[in-house]
Amino acid sequence: MIEKALTGSRRYWGWVGILLALVAAGAGCYLLQLGRGLTITGMSRDVSWGLYIGQFTFLVGVAASAVMVVLPYYLHNVKEFGRITIFGEFLAVSAVIMCLLFVIVDLGKPARIFNMILYPTPNSILFWDFVVLTGYLLLNLIIGWNVLESERNEVPPPRWVRTLVYVSIPWAISIHTVTAFLYAGLPGRHYWLNPLLAARFLASAFASGPALLIILAFIIRRVTSFDPGREAITKLSLIVAYALTTSMFFLGLELFTALYSRVPAHGLPTIQYLFTGKDGFGNLVPLMWTSVVLGLVAAYLLINPATRGRDATLLFACAATFVSIWMEKGIGLVVGGFIPNPFEEIQEYAPTLPEAIITTGVWAVGLLILTLLCKIAIAVKEAAEPPAARPFPQRQGF
Amino acid sequence: MEMDRRTFLKMGGLGLLGLMAAPVVDVLLKAGRVSGAGTSAAVTAGRWALVVDMKKCLEAGPSCADCILACHRAHNVPQIPDLQEQVRWIWKEPFEHAFPEQEGRAESLAGKPFLVLCNHCTDPPCVRVCPTRATFKRQDGIVMMDYHRCIGCRYCMAACPYGARSFNFRDPRPYVSTTNPAYPTRERGVVEKCNFCEERLAEGLPPACVAACRYGALVFGNLVDPHSQVRQILRARYTICRKPELGTRPNVYYVVG
Amino acid sequence: MYDSGKILTGLLIFALLVTFPVWYHLGRATPPPEPDLDTPVIAGLAEKECIESTEYMRAYHMELLKTWRDLAVRSGEKTYVARDGEKYPISLEDTCLKCHSNKSRFCDQCHNYLGVDPNCWNCHVAPEEGNR
Repeated sequence: MIEKALTGSRRYWGWVGILLALVAAGAGCYLLQLGRGLTITGMSRDVSWGLYIGQFTFLVGVAASAVMVVLPYYLHNVKEFGRITIFGEFLAVSAVIMCLLFVIVDLGKPARIFNMILYPTPNSILFWDFVVLTGYLLLNLIIGWNVLESERNEVPPPRWVRTLVYVSIPWAISIHTVTAFLYAGLPGRHYWLNPLLAARFLASAFASGPALLIILAFIIRRVTSFDPGREAITKLSLIVAYALTTSMFFLGLELFTALYSRVPAHGLPTIQYLFTGKDGFGNLVPLMWTSVVLGLVAAYLLINPATRGRDATLLFACAATFVSIWMEKGIGLVVGGFIPNPFEEIQEYAPTLPEAIITTGVWAVGLLILTLLCKIAIAVKEAAEPPAARPFPQRQGF
Repeated sequence: MEMDRRTFLKMGGLGLLGLMAAPVVDVLLKAGRVSGAGTSAAVTAGRWALVVDMKKCLEAGPSCADCILACHRAHNVPQIPDLQEQVRWIWKEPFEHAFPEQEGRAESLAGKPFLVLCNHCTDPPCVRVCPTRATFKRQDGIVMMDYHRCIGCRYCMAACPYGARSFNFRDPRPYVSTTNPAYPTRERGVVEKCNFCEERLAEGLPPACVAACRYGALVFGNLVDPHSQVRQILRARYTICRKPELGTRPNVYYVVG
Repeated sequence: MYDSGKILTGLLIFALLVTFPVWYHLGRATPPPEPDLDTPVIAGLAEKECIESTEYMRAYHMELLKTWRDLAVRSGEKTYVARDGEKYPISLEDTCLKCHSNKSRFCDQCHNYLGVDPNCWNCHVAPEEGNR
């Protein structure tokens, strides 16, 4: 089926070209990082993880959220998701690949990464994260590919694929739980040391991932002749609405305990730094408030049935959800956890240009993989569906 | 035997998977075995601890850095000008930074420089999180780093509540002014920290910082031995350690009373 | 055969690339390595033998060093008992480099010839070598 990704319109190749250029720029900066070390990033002895691990954390959520289409479709037979499940799975594949790449670019000694397998260490959460992420990648790749192949051959998928689907559902929950455990088990990092973290991670994941999937569905409807169906989008937007409000509720719970008890060990200093600035330092304050405002606006637009039902407002709400959670989880959470440092001093963090270019490069790799996989999936689906049966008239080819 | 392309690929894939799994299974089997418990005296010592007598240390004055210099010279610790990329094994922090939870409880100590270093915790979070066992706890209590194995993920830095770990953001060699050829440097991309001078203990010598202190402010010994000097001090004097509420049980004590 | 021109050209380019190291070095013979044993400490030895036999060291020194590395760092084991019962400190600096204090004329000889680049020297400090 891979050959289907090798033929396409000029627009398709133009997009692939742009992504390849971004990948090349990222690779160039990564070579610089390999040569000179992580000194080219904005990370420091106090804020020892930054943009890379933040993106990793955020994208594990995006990957896990595939379960939000897989579970209703396979367990509850929600037919509307039939046309979109494959995109959820392929979104998970590209997100996990990005996660693994972000871990690799963050390593001081990337050549030694296989030490994690050579010396398996069950007491390390990072070891388990590596295990569950690789497993999840394989699961989604195998499931997605086989389901698509069966669709092309117009036969039902083999039974073992269904078994794998059932395995992938708790597995999806596990990847984000384990990722939360990376943080939630560290003594002395008050902002992270919080049993609610895994639940909060899952809630925000189930908002940001399906939001991205809705955006993806709109793009597919616009640039291809395949229509994922308005019903699927309607159902997904409800999921985003509930997940986003749950996520904000959880954040509120954390803020309440810290702010009302005023116990430093419940993360008060970090929360002060993030939302009001502390001791004259406040680099992240605008970012955090933008995240809060975007989140509130998105929640309003998603809860209100009128705005949720209109394409333009729904798209905006989804984009706002995605950006809001990206800011809160992809930057604020990871960087904030290191501030103040173990000596209760504040050292701020800002990514450098090469660090940002490498980050963009990894995102471009993910988008490229997503593009290729979607191209294949759409080609298969278009071929399987006679044009007359399509709910919308044929548009310009992809 | 007839075999179509698909079956062939499937079989090949399965075979490849098996080949990849073999070393993992091998390692998993080996992991259960206890690695050779060293026969040299140093390793079986029990539980090494350092006591810092702050009264004597403060008498030496704020400019005294004998222990710091001795340590950094002995271990080729680089002197990097950029504060945020510095590598430190032992250094000074004001009391309220070293003991943030004690703030307000001991005004007489406010602003006084306290020596800080790796606490060689009895229950070390850095060891718990390391994905490759590059950092591990020896039987004598030393929290040790294997720089050959460290992948530079810096998870240990996130886990250490004492800020005792430093990452080599750049090649440290240009920043080592006088190299001690008897001890290696580190390389770019690995984490490092105090090793309680395990290389000196193996030769029966006290740690470099202890040997360098002219005021007798640093006492090193075995906590398991009831007659050891450290044990005697702990019995007789009022001592504190850093962030006891975290349950890491540090092995560096400070005599403050 | 369809597209035979393209396929054959592709194959030719592939073959050229794969054999690149061979023809790139054609006619440029590198002299065989000559590890130099002439150091003051070795000169002063009554019996000029390493901790194990020369054949063993030549074939397995890298394995021995790896084992030493794990013994010294991870097990805290600092003494090596050779096959002849002799004891040596497990230390690159105190044992190997005491005699072989001439890295560039000993270690590097074979390593360069074979194109291997052991990462020992990223951290371990090679002794200063006098000009010869």
